[in-house]
Amino acid sequence: MTPENRSAYWKANLWLLTILLIIWFVVSYGLGILLVEPLNNFSLGGYPLGFWFAQQGSIYTFLVLIFVYAWQMNRLDKKFDVDEV
Amino acid sequence: MNALDFWTYGVVGATFLLYIGIAIWARASTTGEFYVAGKGIHPVANGMATAADWMSAASFISMAGLIAFNGYGASVFLMGWTGGYVLLALLLAPYLRKFGKFTVPEFIGDRYYSQAARIVAVICLILASITYVIGQMKGIGVAFSRFLETSYEMGLYIGMGIVFIYAVLGGMKGITYTQIAQYCVLILAYTIPALFISLNLTGIVIPQIGLGAGYAPGGNEISLLGKLDQVVTELGFKEYTTQVMGSTLNMFAYTLSLMIGTAGLPHVIIRFFTVPKVKDARYSAGWALVFIALLYTTAPAVGAMARLNFTDTLMVQQTETTEEGLAAFEPQPYDELPPWFKNWEKTGLLVWQDLNDDGLVQYYNDTNEATAAEAEALGYAGSEVFHRSGDALNAGPDRDIMVLANPEIAQLPDWVIALVVAGGLAAALSTAAGLLLAISSAISHDLLKGVFAKGISEKNELMAGRIAMAGAIVVAGFLGLNPPGFAAGTVAIAFGLAASSIFPALMMGIFYKKMNNAGAVAGMLAGITVTLLYVFQHKGIFFIPGTAFLAPEMGMGPDWFLGISPNAFGAVGAIVNFLVAFIVAKLTAPPPEHIQHLVEDVRVPRGSGEATSH
Repeated sequence: MTPENRSAYWKANLWLLTILLIIWFVVSYGLGILLVEPLNNFSLGGYPLGFWFAQQGSIYTFLVLIFVYAWQMNRLDKKFDVDEV
Repeated sequence: MNALDFWTYGVVGATFLLYIGIAIWARASTTGEFYVAGKGIHPVANGMATAADWMSAASFISMAGLIAFNGYGASVFLMGWTGGYVLLALLLAPYLRKFGKFTVPEFIGDRYYSQAARIVAVICLILASITYVIGQMKGIGVAFSRFLETSYEMGLYIGMGIVFIYAVLGGMKGITYTQIAQYCVLILAYTIPALFISLNLTGIVIPQIGLGAGYAPGGNEISLLGKLDQVVTELGFKEYTTQVMGSTLNMFAYTLSLMIGTAGLPHVIIRFFTVPKVKDARYSAGWALVFIALLYTTAPAVGAMARLNFTDTLMVQQTETTEEGLAAFEPQPYDELPPWFKNWEKTGLLVWQDLNDDGLVQYYNDTNEATAAEAEALGYAGSEVFHRSGDALNAGPDRDIMVLANPEIAQLPDWVIALVVAGGLAAALSTAAGLLLAISSAISHDLLKGVFAKGISEKNELMAGRIAMAGAIVVAGFLGLNPPGFAAGTVAIAFGLAASSIFPALMMGIFYKKMNNAGAVAGMLAGITVTLLYVFQHKGIFFIPGTAFLAPEMGMGPDWFLGISPNAFGAVGAIVNFLVAFIVAKLTAPPPEHIQHLVEDVRVPRGSGEATSH
């Protein structure tokens, strides 16, 4: 694998990380903590919405994030030909 | 022996036989197997074992109790202890797997080409792990004291003995298979009572949905959460769904500290060395979180429903009354309380003192002025429910009894109650064993074999590891007699220590090629020092009571920095670590060429081998 290939792979990885970590931050710290009061004016399945994000929604989001990451990274590994053989 | 005792001894005994049987069947024979189970553990199996390793007494026994009494504020535990897996999966696990070594200090020593860095990492790891074990000891003490109907202290001593026998029996390989069994026991033990209770209170079996549903005994006219909010505020407590822990900033820091700490705890990171491929390390973290989320999304329902049932047993709300507030509740006669109350009194974790000598149990928030005034008019002399901690009496029940008492309070069948005790012990033992293994490998592998006694034989290395384990149990047990908080709070301090030391060093080791040995060592030392000093000044030096130098009992007030509690201070420590490391690295020589190549190599999956030692 060439150095250019390596650095393009790393760049693609950092992009993916950035996007996923922004979602991670917004859902937990944003919706679950900072915006909890306004969100509690809405309700979801009987839960106040902000409370739901803090005690349920953020956990489901984390799960999705990790599986999306694993799936996308395995794709990148193949695309840049750096996967394990 | 009554029926409940029969069930408890039966279920606990059967599960212990199962774990010990598996441990003997898969006994570790080489040092390699002792630390890292051989390759070929499937990501799903590894995820399940990681979940058992991860979910300790703090998650199983303690967390729902804290949710019960802190409501929304306890969301920091829910988000913190799951969100950390995102950091772990995205920032550390695949790279550490590619690096392919046995222990975390080994990575730090190699990446920062420095024995000093390795030794500092070992010290940080031991401090964090021992604090974590103290939390487990609290949980084990609570479980044994109830199960054997003895004092908390006696329960703790018995627990220390069991943990010792259990942890020295096998290494990682034995533990991996045992932990899969333990996961199954603990998740059944956690969810089955939750299903029953959710069905009773809401008519809906799935607790995650039930918590949002209508309150069935009230005819579904009010939601369960609405009912809970109403009951607790009328008794003078803070509203359940909105009460915060400290301040919004404190909740932010607390969550951050737990998340970063999750990704910095050695016994969890080690797990990702045991999967065959980098690809599997990524999925392993996801699978671990699937199994963890099963418990974590159930816990909010367990906490809320336990609070409602607990309150409802002691203070019965009158339906046909025009009274409001405290007067609308009728305190129950002590003599007619269900047996769980008196059973828990034997442990000292629940105490009733008849302050106004009327034989009734009044339970409300007597620090709320309005409620205290209502109480005085009713002839109450203060809330009468306490728990003992050390020599002091504190208000309300010990939070750590809630999960274990929950099925009894809800009057579930004896076998369910027995299962919960077995589950709590499984959670505490599996984590304690994983942590003790991390401590023993840090001492025997990193300190002795790696630095001070390079020629040590395999046999002596194993022996040193076992002695280190025994020492750690004694220290943690002694400190567990006067734990610095409820189990989950104590464990949160451990996470703060890991967050402020290990995580930044690992992350910068992978993502910042120019980070050098001086920067990493200075960062780790600065981070953990800041965090430790802050914790010690509020909680006592090594948590020994009476040694706090900024404690409320000394008349100095909590005096928290920006209102951030000691349990949450790891977030500040981590920021200090990053900053100091960055500045020192800028001022000193960059790492040598071969180290920068090593970092580049760690970043791509190709060429990963088995975990090796050197």
